[in-house]
Amino acid sequence: MIAALRCLIFRDLLLAARRNSDVLTVVLFFVIVVSLFPLGIGPDPKLLRTVAPGVLWVAALLASMLALSRMFAADHADGTLEQMMLGATPLGLVVAAKVFAHWLVSGLPLVLISPVLALQFDLPRELFGVLVLSLALGTPVLSLIGAIGAALTLGLRGAGALLSLLVLPLYVPVLVIGAGAADAAASGLGGNAQLLLLGAMLIFAGAFAPWAAAAALRISVE
Amino acid sequence: MNINWFKYSSPQTFFPLAGKLALWFGALALLACAVGLYLGFFVAPSDAQQGESYRIIFIHVPAAWMSMFLYVVMAFWAGLGLAFNTRLSGMMASAIAPTGALFTFIALWTGSLWGKPTWGTWWVWDARLTSELILLFLYFGFMALQAAIDDPRRADKAGALLALVGIVNVPIIYFSVKWWNTLHQGASVSLTKSPSMAATMLTAMLIMTFGFWFYCIAAVLLRARCIMLERERSSDWAGQYARAAV
Repeated sequence: MIAALRCLIFRDLLLAARRNSDVLTVVLFFVIVVSLFPLGIGPDPKLLRTVAPGVLWVAALLASMLALSRMFAADHADGTLEQMMLGATPLGLVVAAKVFAHWLVSGLPLVLISPVLALQFDLPRELFGVLVLSLALGTPVLSLIGAIGAALTLGLRGAGALLSLLVLPLYVPVLVIGAGAADAAASGLGGNAQLLLLGAMLIFAGAFAPWAAAAALRISVE
Repeated sequence: MNINWFKYSSPQTFFPLAGKLALWFGALALLACAVGLYLGFFVAPSDAQQGESYRIIFIHVPAAWMSMFLYVVMAFWAGLGLAFNTRLSGMMASAIAPTGALFTFIALWTGSLWGKPTWGTWWVWDARLTSELILLFLYFGFMALQAAIDDPRRADKAGALLALVGIVNVPIIYFSVKWWNTLHQGASVSLTKSPSMAATMLTAMLIMTFGFWFYCIAAVLLRARCIMLERERSSDWAGQYARAAV
């Protein structure tokens, strides 16, 4: 079973590597959205320093949502998904593996590039660790919750806009706590509480979201 | 004694019952709202600090309660539909959603009307306002998902799953925005401590709550009747009803 899951993760990563423009689009989207904010709200460094965590978080959230519709769509279109559902590996685990692979190609790059963008916003150096850690803990939660939405909207017309309507309200706690981590660290309180909460959300979502997404896939494919 | 719990779980038997219940609850709602509004607007004393503007709470607070309560009821029917695979449960859930969204909107709207004279602003990013707004988005998401799916059985199940995911999230959303920012006054009415408002105000508010509650039951049942007719239009009983109505 472990071998099957490893195989699945490698397959998804390989597919992503062959179609690397998909990955690059998400990262570029993230970079561009973040760069638009100073143009929109003005280049005042003091202002930018305060809004930086929030801007990076909102942009990361939108970018990871942009990639969501691809999570199951290709497998659904060519029938691979049905085979996975018929297979011996429990569907919940298959979903968990796919979500993990999806996060590796659409969430992790955002986490890695975020310090560079934080530099543009002149974020104090000591906040970098908290910001990156909060994104590293938070973006997998986004992928996990998003998997439920992606599974529910599979094969529907206008799935992209519908997906954002379903998923964005559910993202709110992650955004609030995630962006709050760096803010709390900036105010001298330390971001530990928020990081622990994000970790709790990750465990909670990791345990339940693949199961819910598997149920949603069964509804969508039947 | 042997009770048939599923007697009214089929649209055919529930349809006439829903019609009768809707009529009674509609009449009760009208009565309760008339009495509640009279008590609230003419009998209850004006507030020491807020003057007359506080009177919006007779609509605002019951609407806010109903908006949250209806989401729970919707998730309950949705869960029941998933568990027992009953057609009617899904129809009830989709019938509740628009009424729930309506009351969420009324709560937000009246809240901002009250906020302007009291707080001096139409909107603040406070925990309860924000979570109420997100509740509205959750209702919209539920309705949009059901509207996008053509097959009613799939729409029911997908909506049910979304409602259940939402109900798990509602407390998390509430507490996260609460920690994020809090300006809203604490709750004035609670079950554990004695209320901090005049007895007539409380009476009027409770009567209004019952009025809204009965209205919700009546509106949901009427909407459920429409959904039943629409989905069961090829069945005998729906055809007979339609012919009798013409």
